[in-house]
Amino acid sequence: MGKTITEKIFDAHLVDEPFAGTRVLSLDVVMCHEITTPVAIADLQWRDKDRVFDPAKIKAVIDHVTPSKDSKSATQAKILRDWAARHGIKDFFDVGKNGVCHALFPEKGFIRPGYTVIMGDSHTCTHGAFGAFAAGVGTTDLEVGILKGVCAFRQPESIKITLKGKIPSGVFAKDVILEVIRTLTVNGATDHVVEFTGEVVERMSMEERMTLCNMAIEAGATSGLCMPDQNTVEYLWPFISSDYSSKAAAVEDFRKWHSDPDASYAKEIEIDVSGLEPVATVGYKPDQVKKVTELGNTKIDQVYIGSCTNGRISDLRVAASIVKGTKLAPGVRGIVSPATPSIFSQALKEGLIEIFMDAGYCVVNPTCGACLGMSTGVLAEGEVCISTTNRNFNGRMGKGGMVHLASPATAAASGIKGYISDPREYLGK
Amino acid sequence: MKNFGGPVLFLDRADINTDEIIPAKYLTEVKKEALKPYLLEDLKMDGFNTESGWRGRARVIVTRSNFGCGSSREHAPWALEVNDITTVIAPNFARIFRQNMFNGGMLAIELAPETIQEIFSMAGEDEVVCDVDMEAKKLRFSKPGCSKEFSFSLSGFDEALVKAGGWVEFADAKY
Repeated sequence: MGKTITEKIFDAHLVDEPFAGTRVLSLDVVMCHEITTPVAIADLQWRDKDRVFDPAKIKAVIDHVTPSKDSKSATQAKILRDWAARHGIKDFFDVGKNGVCHALFPEKGFIRPGYTVIMGDSHTCTHGAFGAFAAGVGTTDLEVGILKGVCAFRQPESIKITLKGKIPSGVFAKDVILEVIRTLTVNGATDHVVEFTGEVVERMSMEERMTLCNMAIEAGATSGLCMPDQNTVEYLWPFISSDYSSKAAAVEDFRKWHSDPDASYAKEIEIDVSGLEPVATVGYKPDQVKKVTELGNTKIDQVYIGSCTNGRISDLRVAASIVKGTKLAPGVRGIVSPATPSIFSQALKEGLIEIFMDAGYCVVNPTCGACLGMSTGVLAEGEVCISTTNRNFNGRMGKGGMVHLASPATAAASGIKGYISDPREYLGK
Repeated sequence: MKNFGGPVLFLDRADINTDEIIPAKYLTEVKKEALKPYLLEDLKMDGFNTESGWRGRARVIVTRSNFGCGSSREHAPWALEVNDITTVIAPNFARIFRQNMFNGGMLAIELAPETIQEIFSMAGEDEVVCDVDMEAKKLRFSKPGCSKEFSFSLSGFDEALVKAGGWVEFADAKY
C-alpha cells in the first residue's frame, strides 16, 4: 500500500508514539505572532523554562495589530520583541518589516516541501501549498513547540480533491476554494488533511495554491496540501539554488514527497471548475456560498482587499485592473492592505496603489487587523463588507457586522456598484 | 487533575466557532482571568441570552457538532476555564479546539449524535446536572424525576493529558 504525502511527512518526522494513534513529530519551523505567543512566553517564564529549542527554526512577526493601537497591543508586541531579542531569534519582523504571517513567511523562503510547521494561528494550513504539513495549533502546543521542537497529532486521514477543467474568466482560486468548502461543509474535513490535485492545481501559481490551502481550515481540515512541482521550485529557487545542481534536480528531489498512486484516502472528490461562476458567502458560515448573480442587490458599506487569503500581488493586480479609472460608489469605503512590505512596494512600482487611491480607496499597512475585527477597518453594527478574507462568522469584522467573502475581483467590482457585483462585467475590457 | 461536572448549559446549535466563544477584540488580553465577562458574547443562537443565569453557575456545556471551529485561539478554552466550565460534550469538535481543551487538562468528550440528542431531551425548566466519573468513564445527567447515564471514552493520550494537568507538563517530562 502506498503512502500519502502526509503519511510520508509524518513518518519522516516521527519522534515518539506515546499512545496508539498519537504521533509526536519533530518540527522544522515554529512560527509565532503577537496574539497567541505572549501567553506561551509568560507561561514558560512562570515555569522557569524561558528557553527555545532552536532559534533558527523559530520565525516571529507582529502582524495582527500593527502598528500597536493601544497599550494592550503594544504590550503584546513588546513581549514578543523582547523575547526574540533575548533568544537570538534572527527572523523576527517588527514594524516596517512586518506583514501578514502567511504571506510574509513563504516570501522569505522559510517553507520547504516535506516540512512540518506549526503556528498559533489556524490559517497555518496555507503553507501546505508548498507540500508541507502545516497546522494551526493553540498556545499550549505552540509553547511546547517553542520549548521542545515537537508537536503531537493524531495521524489524519486524507481527502483528495481533484480539480479538473479550466477556470473560466472572472473566476479565481478564491471562488474555487469557496466551492470546495460548500461541497465539503464546515465540518466535512475535520481531523483530515485535504490534498488538492489535478490539472487545475498543476497550472496554479504558488499564490493561487496558497489561497486554496489557506481556507482548508474553513472545512475543518488540519492542513491543505499541494504536491511540490516545477512551480514550487520556481518560487523557492532564490532560496534553494545552492542546494541543487539545477531546477530539474530540485523538482526530482521534491517528487519523493508526492502521494503514491496507490495511497489510500478517506474520500475522493472530483470537481470540474469549468462551470464555476464568481461566488460570495452569505450568512455566518464559510460553506454558505452563492453565485454572485444570485445575490441581487446586496448593498455594501465597505470593500476590504487584503489578508493571508488574498492580499498578495496577483490579488492586487486583478483588483486594480477592475478599479482602474473608476470611483468607489457613493457611501462605500474601500480599504486595501497589501499583505507584506515587498508586496506593497511592488504595488507602488506598478502603479497599483495610485489606481486604488484615485478610486477613493484607503491603503493601509500590511496587517491582519480588519479580518478579525481588531483594527484598520472594523465594521459598525448593521454594516456590510465584501471582503477578500476567510471568515464570515458573526461579529468577525466587528460586532453586528455582516461579511461576504469573495475574490479580489468580485470585491473590486462590488465597490464600483455599491452592491455585490459580477466582476466579469469589468474583466477583459 | 481539575474538577469536572456540575450544572449544564445547553447550546443547541452546530458549528459554534471560537470567535463566538471569545471575540477577537479581547485577544489583546494577556491574563486569562480578563476574558471572564466576555465568554459567548457573540454567540448567534435563537433564544440565547448572554446575561441569563448560566453565567457563574454552569460547569458543563452540552452542544452540537463541530464546536470550537475557526480560529485556533486557546483563549476559547481559557474563557471557559475562568468561568469554571471545564467539560464540553458534543458529537465532535474542531481539531484545534479539542486539542487545546486536553492540552489544558480539560475535557472535550465526544458522544454519538443520538446520545447527544437524548441528553438534549432533558433540557427544559429544571436545571440538569452532569456528574463526571473519570475512573468509570461515566456521565450521569440528572434533574428532578429523571436521570440518565452514558459511557464515554478518551484516547490514552487525552486521558494522560488530563491526569498530568496538561501537555506542557507531559512533554517536558518526556522530550
